[in-house]
Amino acid sequence: MDIIRLKNVKKQYKNGTTALYDINLSIKKGSFVFIIGGSGSGKSTLMKLLYREEKPTKGQIIVGGINVAKLRNSKIYKLRRNLGIVFQDYRLLPKQTIYENVAFAMEVIGATKQETRVKVLKALEIVGLKNKIHNYPDQLSGGEQQRVAIARAIVNNPKMLLCDEPTGNLDPEKSMEIMHIIEKINNDWGTTVIVVTHDKDIVNKMKKQVITIKDGRIINNVEKGTYDNENA
Amino acid sequence: MKMLRMFGRSIRDAFRSVFRNFSLSLASISCIAITLVIVAISVLTFFNIKNFTNEIEKDLTIVAFVDNDADDEDIERIKTKLQSNENIDRSKIVYKTKKQVKEEMQKESDIFNSVMNEWDEKDNPLKDTFQIKVKDVEKIKSTADDIKEIEKINTVRYGEGLVDKLISAFDTIQKVTYGAVIALVIVTMFLIVNTIKLTIYSRKREISIMRLVGANNFTIKTPFVIEGMFLGLLGSVVPILLIVFGYPYIYKSLNGYVFSPLINLIRPYPFIYNVSCIVAIIGMVVGMIGSAKAVRKYLKV
Repeated sequence: MDIIRLKNVKKQYKNGTTALYDINLSIKKGSFVFIIGGSGSGKSTLMKLLYREEKPTKGQIIVGGINVAKLRNSKIYKLRRNLGIVFQDYRLLPKQTIYENVAFAMEVIGATKQETRVKVLKALEIVGLKNKIHNYPDQLSGGEQQRVAIARAIVNNPKMLLCDEPTGNLDPEKSMEIMHIIEKINNDWGTTVIVVTHDKDIVNKMKKQVITIKDGRIINNVEKGTYDNENA
Repeated sequence: MKMLRMFGRSIRDAFRSVFRNFSLSLASISCIAITLVIVAISVLTFFNIKNFTNEIEKDLTIVAFVDNDADDEDIERIKTKLQSNENIDRSKIVYKTKKQVKEEMQKESDIFNSVMNEWDEKDNPLKDTFQIKVKDVEKIKSTADDIKEIEKINTVRYGEGLVDKLISAFDTIQKVTYGAVIALVIVTMFLIVNTIKLTIYSRKREISIMRLVGANNFTIKTPFVIEGMFLGLLGSVVPILLIVFGYPYIYKSLNGYVFSPLINLIRPYPFIYNVSCIVAIIGMVVGMIGSAKAVRKYLKV
């Protein structure tokens, strides 16, 4: 079953640059997918289309049964509640503790205190930060901050986890740690995972489905793929 | 239940935001306070003028004097004529014979009493009178003219001159206060739009994260709207204190009237509480509308 389906998707920005040409893509439920490509290849744009940060110029995008291309601004929250999103720059609230940062995602969708507490502690346990719930983000290392961001992304059991360059700011060792956490979530919960990256090492080590984008077009889509320099 | 919980969160966030950006909040609160002081003065003036005009209008009576040679038949005829006039309040036409007028005047003062006691029915120089109330004070002059046309009516008197001028002057003042209040409310609204705009900017990161994790528009907007309301309410504190302590003071030091005992001020209690409520509500509503505008403009939700 496809959880994500893109049909003839084109994205042209207002300044005239075309980021994506005629993208056709489907991603199965529960799969783990890498989207790779060089800078400016359009991979981040593709990601933004999935969580409706950008609207496609043309084409159809279905994510988790929601027609994203036609989604009104006021209804975006319905899509986002099915998604966990992780960024390269973590995007944590600096004045709130780790616990509060993760709980924030539960609070704003109206969860009760008890429900929030249970789920937040569970999520922080999965990422291995249960002992740091009272710390503030700036007291944590980059890798740890990214783990908090992952905890926040998965705290309300989303169907999909979208990661945009999650290891972009981390050294190789920490990067692998993060990837293992993401893999574990994919295995244990069956969460569909999409990771946008240009980190060769992790793609080659993980042996997952790899979609290669170049100049706004998908040029390769293989199971158990590797990062091939000539393609990217 | 969920709604209530979210609402509680919004209120908490609004309070937090007011104190987190305290200097900014203080700036807009004091601006709101200043405008609301002027609004409060306008509102006080407005109600006092309204009260005064009403009182004058209530008291305004046309007195028509009947010729001495009029008989009972003539009186009846005059009465029906008066009743047929559209601007005359039919139930309030009072007829008094000169004897009644004399007795009334005697009651009013001792001097009148002693002088008039010597008059008998024949040489009573007073006249039979009709006392008439009109429905629309603005047309009092033409009504008076109409009455003058009736046969056997000698003279018609109403408080022409001074009263007319006073009423039209107060009418103008009333219109000016209307205009002033509306203009000030608009200015206050702009101030609130600006304050909320700045708090929105200072919380941009938080808002973008809220969006990412699936907060709906209501959740994102409500704290700002409540914040605006709260700023408006805080801004109305000083004006309300001024009303509650200032108005009774002015009332007392003026002995309850302005210029002449004719122009009575409204008694301070419960008037000041009503006006305070009005000022607080204006502050809150204006704050709410202002922040709703800012949210719509700068949140793109």
